Amino acid sequence: MTAILQILFDALSLGSLYALGALGIALIFGVMRLVNFAHGDYIAFCVFAMLWPSIDAAAIVFAGNLPTYLLIPLILCVGAGLSVLSEILVFRRFRNANPATMMIASFALGFVIKYLLLMLYSSRPKSIDLWSNLSQQIEIFGARIPPLQVITICTTIVILLALTAFLKRTRYGLEMRAAAENFTMARMLGVRANLVIMLAFALSGMLAAAVGLILVTQTGTVDINMGANIMLVAFVATVIGGLGSLPGAVIAGFLIGGLSSLMQAYLPADARPFRDAFVYGAVIVMLIWRPNGLFSSKAAKQRV
Amino acid sequence: MNQSLSASGVSVSFEGLRALSNVTLDVPRGKVTGLIGPNGAGKTTLVNVLTGFQKPTAGEVTLDGEPIGGVPPHKVRKKGIARTFQSGRLFQDLSVLDNLEVTGVGLGLPRREAAARADTMLEWIGIGHLAERMAGGLPYTDERRVAIGRALMLDPHYLLLDEPAAGMSAEEAQDLASLIRRIIAEVKCGVLLIEHNIGLVLNICDFIHVLDSGEVIEVGPPSVIKASERVRHAYMGTQAETEGAVL
Repeated sequence: MTAILQILFDALSLGSLYALGALGIALIFGVMRLVNFAHGDYIAFCVFAMLWPSIDAAAIVFAGNLPTYLLIPLILCVGAGLSVLSEILVFRRFRNANPATMMIASFALGFVIKYLLLMLYSSRPKSIDLWSNLSQQIEIFGARIPPLQVITICTTIVILLALTAFLKRTRYGLEMRAAAENFTMARMLGVRANLVIMLAFALSGMLAAAVGLILVTQTGTVDINMGANIMLVAFVATVIGGLGSLPGAVIAGFLIGGLSSLMQAYLPADARPFRDAFVYGAVIVMLIWRPNGLFSSKAAKQRV
Repeated sequence: MNQSLSASGVSVSFEGLRALSNVTLDVPRGKVTGLIGPNGAGKTTLVNVLTGFQKPTAGEVTLDGEPIGGVPPHKVRKKGIARTFQSGRLFQDLSVLDNLEVTGVGLGLPRREAAARADTMLEWIGIGHLAERMAGGLPYTDERRVAIGRALMLDPHYLLLDEPAAGMSAEEAQDLASLIRRIIAEVKCGVLLIEHNIGLVLNICDFIHVLDSGEVIEVGPPSVIKASERVRHAYMGTQAETEGAVL
């Protein structure tokens, strides 16, 4: 029982992280048909924003010293700002380009951000002590769980609920849902294209910031490549979920998280180092079974 | 002031192929104008020109006397010209109500008011019971009615219907005819009806334009169109003698 509870918490917290990442990618894909590969670098950028630029091995914490209630909104704003800025400076010029061109542009943007961080902070991973007491385990029904896991899961649930409410209840959400399904048609009916796209970028950037904050609290290190792995998994999750489907992205994120945690726990010890190979093997099988993903959305189909 | 949406001398060529040549058409407010013609005659191209989708190679489109040549499609709707498409083109992942509501919001209403207007519109068309349904799963005829409702949000001055009766039974086409009559009577906009269902067009249009191979070959009230030799020829070709009774 305790073991199952432990795995459940592991699965949910890992899945949360993947789901938030996948959601950030799916939001942009929805309105722009852009798979934004710079998303992982947004995550790293948001974390580095807490440090003072230096190439020393020890991190010089700067904004990270702010009280929590200021730090979190600040980092969310950094994420939103960076994301919106990249829309204005880069992606807006590619609005009518084909998806492959946009994707390459997003790779390029990712490299620019990464090497900017490299110049300012060097490639050495630095350790940072952010809310480290959250990683000290507490006992819940006999399972030893770090409070951070509980916070991660709760935060994700709150974010998902808030996002759902935004999409369902507000006019911007309505416009965004319409634009995500058929951008041209929505535009014709008067939906303000730039506004909707900028909103999607802002939300996506905030999600990247949230992922960054969770990651850095978990690992205690900052590294210019810290977003890369989660970006990959999140991208896979959006594909499995059905490109453009927001619930699909979230569910697939949780599925991958769950599968990884299960394999970590139950694979024979010798096979454990190859866990990811098994996970991605399962992904391939899944895609053979359903090439359009679990929830193929109207948006992914050819637009007329 | 001339209260109509007009195309005068409009020509469109695609890479040398003439889709429309020197077409003049007038859609006055408060009237139903019909546009018929065989497949490939250029009917949809003309609608695209009227709504800013297609830039004419020559000629001019005027809205109540004012040229609207350079106005992009997304501004045309704000100027009061609404259209439906051959395939409904609803937002399939959105509910019927949301489909109408997003138009209201897009045209500048606050959310609550847009929702109220959308509700009223659905009731007015007689499909209030569909409000919460996903637009994606609707039967064909309902989809059409929702599309018309979406186009009617905020009372446009002109409504262009692109083959609204395609695939409808005779009875359903009758319902559509009475809906169009109500639109004329109550919304008082000008309707341009593009249809293959000639019976429907002859039945409700005040004035009809017949298009063939990109040219207007006949203009007039239903009686004139019914009697026209040229129209019969365009539709029936050489077999006009034997099958003329269709018209």
